[in-house]
Amino acid sequence: MPKHIYELEALELIKNIKEGNLRVYEVVEEFLERIEKVETKINAFITLRDREEILREAKEKDGVLRRGQAKSVLFGLPVAVKDNISTENIRTTCGSKMLYNYVPPYDATVIKLLKREGAIILGKTNMDEFAMGSSTETSFFGPTRNPWDLSRVPGGSSGGSAAALASGEAPLALGSDTGGSVRAPASFTATVGLKPTYGLVSRYGLIAYANSLEQIGPMGRSVRDTALLLNVIAKYDPNDATSLNVKRPNYLASTYNVNDLHRKVRVALVKEMFEEGVSKDVALIVKNVVNKLVSEGFLVDEISIPIIKYALPAYYIIAMSEASSNLARYDGIRYGFRAKISGNWNEVFSETRKEGFGKEVKRRIIMGTFTLSAGYFDQYYLKALKVRTLILREFKNAFRKYNILISPTMPTPPFKIGEKIKDPLAMYMSDVETVVANIVGIPAISLPAGFVSGNLPVGIQLMADHLREDLLLSIAAFIEKLTGLRNLIAKI
Amino acid sequence: METSGDIKIGLEVHVQLTTLKTKLFCSCSSDYRGKPPNTHVCPVCLGLPGALPVVNKRAIDYAIMVALALNSKVNEKIIFFRKHYFYPDLPKNFQITQYDKAGGAPIAIGGFLKITINGKEKRIRIRRINIEEDPGKLVYPTGSIMTSPYTLVDYNRSGIALLEIVTEPDMSSPAEARAFLNKLRSILEHLGVCNCELEGSMRADANISIAGGNRVEIKNISSPKDVEKALAYEIIRQKQAISKGLSIKSETRHWDDLRKVTVPLRVKEEEQDYRYFPEADIPPIVITRDYIEKIRESMPELPDVRAKRFMETYGLTEYDSLVLVSNKWLADFFEETLKYYDKDPKKLANILINDFLRWIHDKGLSHSEVKATPQHIAELLKLLDEKVISIKILKKILPEIIVYGKHPYQIIKEKNLLKISDENIIREVVKQVFVEHKKSVHDALVNKKAIHYLIGQVMRKTGGKADPEITHRIVLEMLEKVKRGEFKV
Amino acid sequence: MRRKIVITEKLIEHLSWLARIRLTEEEKREFIKDLNRVLEFFNEIDEVNVENIEPTTHTALLTNVLRDDVPRESLPLEKVLRNASEKEKEYFRAPKIL
Repeated sequence: MPKHIYELEALELIKNIKEGNLRVYEVVEEFLERIEKVETKINAFITLRDREEILREAKEKDGVLRRGQAKSVLFGLPVAVKDNISTENIRTTCGSKMLYNYVPPYDATVIKLLKREGAIILGKTNMDEFAMGSSTETSFFGPTRNPWDLSRVPGGSSGGSAAALASGEAPLALGSDTGGSVRAPASFTATVGLKPTYGLVSRYGLIAYANSLEQIGPMGRSVRDTALLLNVIAKYDPNDATSLNVKRPNYLASTYNVNDLHRKVRVALVKEMFEEGVSKDVALIVKNVVNKLVSEGFLVDEISIPIIKYALPAYYIIAMSEASSNLARYDGIRYGFRAKISGNWNEVFSETRKEGFGKEVKRRIIMGTFTLSAGYFDQYYLKALKVRTLILREFKNAFRKYNILISPTMPTPPFKIGEKIKDPLAMYMSDVETVVANIVGIPAISLPAGFVSGNLPVGIQLMADHLREDLLLSIAAFIEKLTGLRNLIAKI
Repeated sequence: METSGDIKIGLEVHVQLTTLKTKLFCSCSSDYRGKPPNTHVCPVCLGLPGALPVVNKRAIDYAIMVALALNSKVNEKIIFFRKHYFYPDLPKNFQITQYDKAGGAPIAIGGFLKITINGKEKRIRIRRINIEEDPGKLVYPTGSIMTSPYTLVDYNRSGIALLEIVTEPDMSSPAEARAFLNKLRSILEHLGVCNCELEGSMRADANISIAGGNRVEIKNISSPKDVEKALAYEIIRQKQAISKGLSIKSETRHWDDLRKVTVPLRVKEEEQDYRYFPEADIPPIVITRDYIEKIRESMPELPDVRAKRFMETYGLTEYDSLVLVSNKWLADFFEETLKYYDKDPKKLANILINDFLRWIHDKGLSHSEVKATPQHIAELLKLLDEKVISIKILKKILPEIIVYGKHPYQIIKEKNLLKISDENIIREVVKQVFVEHKKSVHDALVNKKAIHYLIGQVMRKTGGKADPEITHRIVLEMLEKVKRGEFKV
Repeated sequence: MRRKIVITEKLIEHLSWLARIRLTEEEKREFIKDLNRVLEFFNEIDEVNVENIEPTTHTALLTNVLRDDVPRESLPLEKVLRNASEKEKEYFRAPKIL
């Protein structure tokens, strides 16, 4: 092997395992060693499973393979899982003191699917507390560092998953995306992250932050790896009433035979998404990729969707309102942290939530309580839902003429740890490119577009109409070929 | 009881759909009564992080059926809302229900229910019907909410499907409120959506205003019987306060079942702001006209219709018909018995209402504790018709049939209760009675009504077995003989 | 005519109560500042004309997702109580009500 095992793509690993060149045991052991080497610098994981337990599982999988009984798709591959996805018997904290000792008695549906396809869960990755953040700095367990520059953020809220990928700690990871939380870290770590169509992947077991906006998303170091993982988790689930009961195509297949797309795929840039707040170097890098597409024969138009400027405030009103509701259940009675004071239930509840939640979470709950309260509900929450309808309409219009919309994923390259955390609004502004896909429920993907100052990753974002992940992945695969930016691991 | 026109009573009734096999939003078995705490819960009804609700289809069908039975207008779209408040029995600290603003709507609005009070029919209007989830149960170790140092919580009941039925303040007396609840219960039982005998299956909050004054809400009333008591108490309390010159303020009071009084609930001055907003985890449910009609067609017979049928088919009085249908179990028993005894439905109804039911109520037996079968009762009536036993004997042995399920003929033989129809035997007893009660004999000669005392004595002496008609005839005969001097007392 | 809303101390206290999150005096001060800025940001949607526009709560255009009334196994008691910080026999132990 010319490379370390941990540097191989997931598909490559699977091929070697299937062909008998590698055993699951040695693959898993390699990743465990890599984690041991770099984890203290990165802090990507909140909980790592017991080493012996993981190796035992790996041995079992090898046994199954030897007997020729392996029918699964992931073949013993290790996967890192964001810590807001319920894993039975593995602590699940959401990056919060409130759940610092919570061990779920059940698996999220996506975890069941992973296990069914032979995946080995390495551990639970760090995240912004309750997914509220864009930099993985609000975690109770400390910030995760960007493997490309340890003084910078990896993006958030799925920063731990992205950092695990970019540092070679895991070949595949799951994240969740409410306003960009899979795509932002992908962009900041030169990895690939996809937010599926709302309803494509089951949310049963995803600990809710904003339930009309979020989806669990696959993350990998290449477009194909990401598509492979999407195949596994994108299944109809009767336990989730918002799960779409539609036939899903083979997403991995969409990433092959992508050379003639320019004939059928119409691409557009959204003018507003290259303007306010977007740094010049980011815009330049993304535009360069677009130019490459043009030289390959793609027709790229520029369109204007003015209402997009209201996507960010509408998003935050909706998200914070839903957060105030989804986080109401944390009172320490049935699970989680409980304040050690005496008093009646009102007093204990209020103290528990004072001590258990971090500042950003408290801010959003209070604000969300405000936007839902009598007297303000119409002007804020209800109005935001109407703005949402308008934005949805505009995007549906755009997708009548165009198949793919392109923008930068993040308005800036990865910023320094501590740079924006003191200013909530500045942090919210990082989401300006990503929230619209959540508001509207359409799929979106981020993949590497280039680097600023040599090592600061910049991602390009593609958006497609509802249920067109196939298109997204095809174009992404093509762009990946053009840029050659694939399977990038930072030197730590 | 008060029936003045200046009393306005409204009810907010919560009924469990007890015949559903699962809860409203999860597949936990709904049969939680008598089971150990927290053994009928799952991630969904426990409110665990990440769990999601999925609506029970049959619950929606039941809700539509109830709406139709109450003449309510079913909405075309059902949207669930979250109602936020913090309480230890509410696992998510919000309840999933419906709302009538912000784009939401109840399952059904309007409608009415007819009650018969003092022989007159009155319509009580329904304001709305909602479907929602029940919270868990709180247990106070010291038995009282006031003194318990902590609270124990059992979530078995959490997530059980509830129908909330809210009325207009059309009731004018506690008795009318009770009549409303009885009628509602009969309808729900006939529809097969609720076995309202189960503890806690029907709860009501009442609100009352007197003479246009402020509205007082009374919560924590756990049975329809208590509704009448609580309202009666509240009326007295308010009238006393008014007579002392105090004003009644708008408030919520708690019915203390132990002490049988209403007490003020210490509520924070700030208004409850439930922050209703749509439940994004549950897509809307569209109800088509066709679907409603399908449900209407398959609905079981409603009590009013059944009562009419009893009157027309069996010739029962309106009163008897209404009493029978007010208790579905009894009405079923009646019709089942008719399969074995159809000679005299009116007599059967009479026995069931005045003897059977009364005895069961007096002893506080539940339906499942009644061992008597329709066949037993049919047999009993046949024995009565054939004059093998008298009505007195029938009433005497009925309890044993009810409690032990013994066959009537068996009891009669065991206790030697066959009717005495032998005139000679009866005549001997009558003679004895005449000799022992000389004064009454002389009274009877003068006053016809006094005969009954003598007949009663004969019955006593024969342990109720003497045939009443024959006894009556013979007593009259003997009195004639006394008059003529043929028999000396 | 839109009235200008400002987050005041009284409002923060009310919200803190509704949300059952006790705030220290310092937190209150900080939040008043932060949340007023966030509110200004929210107010940007004031400009949008939403006359005759219906709100969108669900983006996956689903309706009538229903479940059959068939019981499934509940969680075993041990799993139910496992994460409770205070319990007594088979019950969760919550603070007193009054």
